[in-house]
Amino acid sequence: MTDSTANTGNDSFGTSRVKRGLAEMLKGGVIMDVVTADQAKIAEDAGAVAVMALERVPADIRAQGGVARMSDPDLIEQIIESVSIPVMAKARIGHFVEAQVLQALKVDYIDESEVLSPADYVNHIDKWDFTVPFVCGATNLGEALRRITEGAAMIRSKGEAGTGDVSEATKHIRTIKGEIAALGAKSADELYVAAKELQAPYDLVVEVARSGRLPVVLFTAGGVATPADAALMMQLGADGVFVGSGIFKSGEPAKRAAAIVRATTFYDDPAAIADASRGLGEAMVGINVADVPAPHRLATRGW
Amino acid sequence: MAAPSVGVLALQGDFREHLAVLRGLGADARPVRRPEELAGVDGLVIPGGESTVMDKLSRAFGMAEPIKAAIADGMPVYGTCAGLIMLADTVRDRIEGQESFGGLDVVVRRNAFGTQLDSFETDLDIPELGDAPLHAVFIRAPIVEELGAKAHSLAELEDGRVVAVEQGNLLGTSFHPEVTGDTRFHEYFLTKLR
Repeated sequence: MTDSTANTGNDSFGTSRVKRGLAEMLKGGVIMDVVTADQAKIAEDAGAVAVMALERVPADIRAQGGVARMSDPDLIEQIIESVSIPVMAKARIGHFVEAQVLQALKVDYIDESEVLSPADYVNHIDKWDFTVPFVCGATNLGEALRRITEGAAMIRSKGEAGTGDVSEATKHIRTIKGEIAALGAKSADELYVAAKELQAPYDLVVEVARSGRLPVVLFTAGGVATPADAALMMQLGADGVFVGSGIFKSGEPAKRAAAIVRATTFYDDPAAIADASRGLGEAMVGINVADVPAPHRLATRGW
Repeated sequence: MAAPSVGVLALQGDFREHLAVLRGLGADARPVRRPEELAGVDGLVIPGGESTVMDKLSRAFGMAEPIKAAIADGMPVYGTCAGLIMLADTVRDRIEGQESFGGLDVVVRRNAFGTQLDSFETDLDIPELGDAPLHAVFIRAPIVEELGAKAHSLAELEDGRVVAVEQGNLLGTSFHPEVTGDTRFHEYFLTKLR
């Protein structure tokens, strides 16, 4: 490392343990989408465990259409400058050059995200090539394991971003958790076929079957808009929550952000969730996923 | 003798990893989020995570004052990474309004190595834990920039910067023994409870 603060000697950077480790430290926390440095400060002050820097929140990407790409480097740098918590940023699926740029900007995590327009409809980014860790979306266990095989150090269930409708997030976290539980019930000789059906490496499938969990942290995302939504995700077994449009598309973002943080910590305490849910003003209006035509659903991007 | 009961502050962070290590060592380890839960334990671990979040939640839910009182009372407390920040009397590079529990007579700097790209693993020599080096994982880690008269160093990097400190019943590490499988630091902490 050229950084003058770096230690000397036999240090290892960018190892799996270091990449997955940062996600471990984010557990029980809320990662918030922000589009300006001011919003990033609001998120940090409200108790966000990290922020996701992007140019448009998913609700606006959905409303405005067009190709959605990596954010302007100036914007990302302003956000990095404005907060002390980890800063994540999104690259398009398969766009390894956007990922190279984000690494050069020294973001703390890259989200290879279906919310942006995919750059490659066949391949995802080879994430082992990078020092910076990646989080990737998944709708089911096979997809999660393929992303981990490609080097993802954290998984988030996808949900349907920019809708404020939590139903897809519920479906995806239930699917992933259910498939993990089903693996655990299989005998050793059934895991070969399970690996084939999941389209995932056998060794990884065995590891999940034995441990009863993914080898990386599992957050959930896509449609979370209220404290109760966040607590629902946690009760369904998520390690933490991403909130995109739900905060800064609501009436009182700072209050709502702090309330979602509280409900995520006390997710199993209905009285605390009730307290957190009071007096938050308008939630984002949102759109029912059922009303989103299939070609406009983001969760189907990535495979 | 009954197993010592150890609380792990479970507001945010990798508290499950600490609970698993402590239970593996035979301790009665419990998550602690409420003052009444703190009252029932003999020691406390403050996990890795985000110190700004732990600070806010501990104050919002009435945990900060009871933890400060417990520290002042001599309760053994061990903090890793964000936990070290929470135990430090003085925190540099904190956000506006950020507070710590304090107790350790040290000055700690948050994110002292840089961004996640500067996170690393390395081996440390820690004589108190035996001859074998301890493999340590540093994740956006803090360092101890100044040691007060009451605290002493347990481990330094090759360049001399302090990354583990002890002061009576208080222990703090910049790194995360809870994620490596080496249980010696937790064992060392548990000796303070017996």
